[in-house]
Amino acid sequence: MPQVSLTVNGKKASAEVESRTLLVQLLREKLGLTGTHVGCDTSQCGACVVHVNGKSIKSCTILAVQCEGAEVLTIEGVAKPDGTLHPMQNAFRENHGLQCGFCTPGMVMSALDLVKNNPAPKDREIREWLEGNLCRCTGYHNIVKSIEAGAAAMRK
Amino acid sequence: MYDFTYARVSSVADAAKQLKGDDDAKAVAGGMTLIPTLKLRLAKPSALVDLGGVKDLAGIKVDGKTVTIGAMTTHGAVAASAEVKKAIPALAHLAAHIGDPAVRNRGTIGGSVANNDPAADYPAGVLALGATIVTNERQIAADDFFKGMFETALKPGELITAISFPVPEKAAYMKFPNPASRYAMVGVFVAKTAGGVRVAVTGAAPSVFRQKDMEAALTKKWAPDAIEGIKQKQDGLNSDIHASAEYRAHLVGVMAKRAVQAAG
Repeated sequence: MPQVSLTVNGKKASAEVESRTLLVQLLREKLGLTGTHVGCDTSQCGACVVHVNGKSIKSCTILAVQCEGAEVLTIEGVAKPDGTLHPMQNAFRENHGLQCGFCTPGMVMSALDLVKNNPAPKDREIREWLEGNLCRCTGYHNIVKSIEAGAAAMRK
Repeated sequence: MYDFTYARVSSVADAAKQLKGDDDAKAVAGGMTLIPTLKLRLAKPSALVDLGGVKDLAGIKVDGKTVTIGAMTTHGAVAASAEVKKAIPALAHLAAHIGDPAVRNRGTIGGSVANNDPAADYPAGVLALGATIVTNERQIAADDFFKGMFETALKPGELITAISFPVPEKAAYMKFPNPASRYAMVGVFVAKTAGGVRVAVTGAAPSVFRQKDMEAALTKKWAPDAIEGIKQKQDGLNSDIHASAEYRAHLVGVMAKRAVQAAG
């Protein structure tokens, strides 16, 4: 079986996988990082969004072997090691940006990629960016508010 | 997914060699169509030849009146490119509206064009702008490239390396996206080029096609009202749960007018 070596949340990781193993399966099943969720498994819902080499991607639609040598950031790598939440995570809490929480890891990872290129995104830009992140609880309004607030906190 | 062997290659020549040596092997670029297809077990390749490690296949070059985009350039990179936005804003707009941001960070122009999905956006831009598809073996004019549903002029082991777009005088792309998938139910790309007016329609039929009646009308007069009376024939158009052939035919007219309006 192929061997894949990559960096996940700053730590080297290596595992034996099948060619057909998806990145999200590697993360959840081999590395125990279950913060990344599988919602639809058809690249539509965005619950599985992680960053690969600094870009947000859907980890249910990339093979683990395609990530050889890659830098992967998952929701587990966003907060500080002491547990202090990242300003974006904190903004979701403060603004009631989640209800059941299933989509939240993907929402936060997408939001962080947006803010990287657009530090002060407007309401419409946030809504457009969330095209590939589905939430079935909130109606999005508080997620958009959270991302605006998170971006503002990150600018400080 | 059925299992397969995986090979990461470092050159186009190496990829072509592997694909020619195994009829059931498939090339993977961004994988945004191929991986979902494999997950649904709609394809059973013996091997995947990953182009992700081939250097020089990604990148954008503007040379006078031509924009050349490497096959492995992502939709996100085309959408964000200041050079593409300046030379052919319609193409950057098209790329910016494919799928969603995470899909655009992986999906590539070469993969999209080689796949020739009936509802993909890029084929409309490639055909309307009269682009040239550059492969490891030859150069193919857009008019000779798209052959039918998921069919192109590419031969086994032939890989797209880049696509060259002549800069048009005016161009715009308008699509009516499927609200769930964001694929084009109908997308119309209009372009006023040195070689004449070209109108390409995607999403409506089994493959992208040129709307010659609209081209003739827009050649006489470049304005939305010039195509007001042109009715797209329903024969041969797609009809499915998302839209009937009648509705798609209607959308061709609406999207074409909006595109001409947007092109100015």
